Amino acid sequence: MTKIKKSIVQLLVTCMVDAIRPQVGTAVKTILNNNGCEVGFPKQQTCCGQPAFNAGFLKQARAMARHTIDVFTNTSGPVVVPSGSCTDMIVHHYPELLKSDPVYSSKAKSLSKRTYEFTQFLVDKLGLTNVGAKYNGKATYHPCCHGLRNLNLVEQPSTLLDNVEDLEQVALPCAEECCGFGGLFSVRMSEISGAMLEKKLSNVEESGADVLIAGDVGCIIHMEGSLRRKGSNIQVKHIAEILNGCD
Amino acid sequence: MAATELSFYDRISDALAKPEGQLAISAGAKAKYDNRARAMSEFPSMEITRDRARSIRAHTLSQLDKFLAEFADNVEALGGHIFWAKDAQECNQYINEIARAKDVQLVAKAKSMLTEEISLNQSLETSGIDVVETDLGEFIVQLSGDKPSHIIAPILHMTREDVGNVFNEKLNVPFSDDPATLNAIARTHMREIFLKADMGISGVNFGVSESGAICLVTNEGNGRLISTAPRIHVAVMGMERLVPTLGDLSIMLQLLARSATGQKLTAYSSILCGPRRKNEHDGPEELHIVILDNGRSEILGSALSEILYCIRCGACLNACPVFHSIGGHAYGSVYPGPVGSVLSPLLFGDPWNPLPHASSLCGACKEVCPVNIDLPGLLLESRSQQIAKGKSPLLMRLSQWIYAITSCNPILFGLALRSGQVVSRLLAHDGWFTTLPGPLQGWSVHRDFPALAKKSFRQLWDKPSQD
Repeated sequence: MTKIKKSIVQLLVTCMVDAIRPQVGTAVKTILNNNGCEVGFPKQQTCCGQPAFNAGFLKQARAMARHTIDVFTNTSGPVVVPSGSCTDMIVHHYPELLKSDPVYSSKAKSLSKRTYEFTQFLVDKLGLTNVGAKYNGKATYHPCCHGLRNLNLVEQPSTLLDNVEDLEQVALPCAEECCGFGGLFSVRMSEISGAMLEKKLSNVEESGADVLIAGDVGCIIHMEGSLRRKGSNIQVKHIAEILNGCD
Repeated sequence: MAATELSFYDRISDALAKPEGQLAISAGAKAKYDNRARAMSEFPSMEITRDRARSIRAHTLSQLDKFLAEFADNVEALGGHIFWAKDAQECNQYINEIARAKDVQLVAKAKSMLTEEISLNQSLETSGIDVVETDLGEFIVQLSGDKPSHIIAPILHMTREDVGNVFNEKLNVPFSDDPATLNAIARTHMREIFLKADMGISGVNFGVSESGAICLVTNEGNGRLISTAPRIHVAVMGMERLVPTLGDLSIMLQLLARSATGQKLTAYSSILCGPRRKNEHDGPEELHIVILDNGRSEILGSALSEILYCIRCGACLNACPVFHSIGGHAYGSVYPGPVGSVLSPLLFGDPWNPLPHASSLCGACKEVCPVNIDLPGLLLESRSQQIAKGKSPLLMRLSQWIYAITSCNPILFGLALRSGQVVSRLLAHDGWFTTLPGPLQGWSVHRDFPALAKKSFRQLWDKPSQD
């Protein structure tokens, strides 16, 4: 095997993956390693601040944005994030939040320019369409809203999933309708969130899939938490877990 | 608008407790959403037209004073009257005064959300004047003593059976749920109103500054009838509803119909220039255009001014999964849905502050807005303005500070993770929490919450063998 020079990428794993679903981070690291990337994990990283930002607490959101910027400013290479929502926060909201900050406005812009959602990085930056994954199951894909609408993540996840060996894909009715997570919305407006969730899950059931794939751990635990309570056998997986081929 | 007695949260519970109503709303809104999508897919220059429409709205609002003055001058030159109303009271008072001076007994109204905003009907009825809504949906709402649940489709929450029952009860006709039969009943009843009415009242879809014309769009022709048959026509216009030229109007009309109902154009688009002139056979003897502020000039120039770009097509309601779930009534405002969640606290005050929080920020509204209003951005702005004014519960403020301080300090963050792991080990069953404490209960009412992983990613990173 010819030795290729490894390029370095930084993993912003997200607080949700860090605390609740570390196997997603491990899957991302493995896939990146397998495709010629050396992965750095700056250990000072915490939370990107989106929950504060979405609730309107801008002072707190700014503090967390500055912290995240500091953590990644002294690193090199692209920043890869296994979440469309957190990527959207860094790419679109950090520059806006910090536009009047004399020190951080330019730093926010430069972090924004080198930050990519995981599937976006694989397809658009590494030029991959097939990561050599194998997964035996009947799957349906839920496009999480921020990735779908704010990062236009359509082709990237679908290309990668199309090339997973043994993965049968079925269409999700009303796929682009929100699952009702919305961060604090799911707690603060829990009744509405619950009604949206019911609708999403009845569409998932209608699809006939036995595995539901999504790209954001927030939406995943929201849907999984309800499926579990109902005693459903449908599994919910992050796309990185599927692409890492863990059956 | 007065706040209703029930809180927003109570209204949400009420709405969710009526599955039939919710099904009607969600099916109706979805059908409109699909019609819009089809109409837009057959409209090759959609994106260009949308950009153009947005720039027209931005341009108009950036010089609104100039365009309003031009509009008013042109209306007066055509023989119409202009009245500048600061608020609902001034507007209602003016219209009441005309009605009294001109001995008006019966008013025929076209559909207008602005007149709902200022409760004009109630004001006129208090003065002993009969007011009849002539838009079919609004007529049914009026008969049943209800409120519109959608800015374009007032009876989105009702089924055909509901309408049949209302007609049966209020108009004393045999029950039918056949749309053609119901339409015929309404038409017969309405014809007489058009002929007898002394005054027609409408809203204004767009005022055209360069000519002083006003444009009304309807699908039933009632707008045309009430603006031509009665001897007086009063049109109430929100001060932001202007376009500079007729060319600009054509851009707006193409988008309005497609966005609202999926039509290329609404069945009737009337462009009215002043009252009846000499030698003309129809048209009102008097035309009064009331330009209403009612809080709009405060919004103009604020960080939320983009909401004034809205042309009231209702597409954001039809796209909104929250609206689908709870329907229009739960918002407790004449303006429900995403646009209403931004507008209502601005127009009606603090009781409507919870509305901007009723969004998952999914962005479906922005995607369909014909003038590309950044609705999720405005909802966020509205939330942050509330927070900046200290309008949030103490517990929320406290927990946001604790969360921020923890997240800005990696040592504290690591400690918090470890504490979470301990709690998970002690209290979670089989990897899940089935109940959460205090304010987090909202989550566990509908779903379980996962326990924290035994080893966080950062711990695994140090010792990958423990994977």
